[in-house]
Amino acid sequence: MTDINFAELKKGGFMKQKQKDYFSMRLKTIGGQVTAEQLETIQLVSQKYGKGYIHLTSRQGIEIPFIGTENIDAVKRELAAGGVQNGVCGARLRTITACQGSVICPSGLIDTQQLAEDCDHRYGGREFPCKFKIGITGCPNNCLKAEENDLGIKGGIIPQWNAEKCIFCGVCVPVCPTKAITVDKDTHTLAFIEEKCCYCGACFKSCPASAWGGQSGYVVSLGGLYGKQIAIGKHILPIISNAETLHKVITVTLDFFASHAKQGERFAKTLDRVGWNTLKAAIEEIL
Amino acid sequence: MKADNIIDITNVVCPVTFVKLKIELENMETGKILEVILNEGEPIANIPRSLKDEGHKIIDVTNNDNGTYTLFVKKDGLV
Repeated sequence: MTDINFAELKKGGFMKQKQKDYFSMRLKTIGGQVTAEQLETIQLVSQKYGKGYIHLTSRQGIEIPFIGTENIDAVKRELAAGGVQNGVCGARLRTITACQGSVICPSGLIDTQQLAEDCDHRYGGREFPCKFKIGITGCPNNCLKAEENDLGIKGGIIPQWNAEKCIFCGVCVPVCPTKAITVDKDTHTLAFIEEKCCYCGACFKSCPASAWGGQSGYVVSLGGLYGKQIAIGKHILPIISNAETLHKVITVTLDFFASHAKQGERFAKTLDRVGWNTLKAAIEEIL
Repeated sequence: MKADNIIDITNVVCPVTFVKLKIELENMETGKILEVILNEGEPIANIPRSLKDEGHKIIDVTNNDNGTYTLFVKKDGLV
């Protein structure tokens, strides 16, 4: 094989190794989920064509190292037959990462896995001037570290207090991690400062009178970057209350990146150069 | 407020805090009131939610201003 198109291989998840003529093959995962059937296929391929081990990547992916150039087509074929797709690398929308979310985790406030599937379906592999990462975490505990991503999504509860149901027991005061609530038991009054709220839902989950209700929503962070330079994703938007609006926000953001980024420029740098308010204004038009 | 029983769980850590509380409540009759003294931090952040999940109703919370809180809990008050 003399004409190896490295760019094309990288696009398909073949990462060139230090060792001549070997690739570490990146596999497609969405939200860190892998079925037992896929694991079996991966096991067999790594034993037959690799060195009998896999590497778990930093973003919930699997790579099979030591795939020889001559075996690329056979590996692709055998993986595909076992329900395993190639991953992506390079200047495109990367693996969508997610925690287990509300389906499994007692703390989860949104269905992160469904959202990861939706995002992959809509945006997966889209090409850009530079790589772009989306990560989804189910609640403000932030196990998946949303703000490390170019676009991070975090589940939250938008709390709503119903005065008629409140028994003024005061339990929401100490359970609130940001001290956003104060209660005066003598005068039967409650004050809630939304600017302090981190949307964790502790008030809602602890309230014995169901006076705190709430609707789940999405907190979006933009411009996270954890490479040679580091930037923490910023929260420049209000919490979003439904998935349809969330996807509009993602679409506007990705289109903005596609049209404004220079080749090889990460989103945080684009935003610093073009202006955060320019993106904010574009998003606010659809909110 | 008058309680039927009192338990101090300031000398234990999670998850023993809730285990002790749960055993105490199991030994009480439905509708009785338990007074619970617990630490600030993890216990006060987590125990109210666990009590709700088990169907017990918190009816009052007081900050004792010494690193502890006092809860009054009605057994099966949410069932």
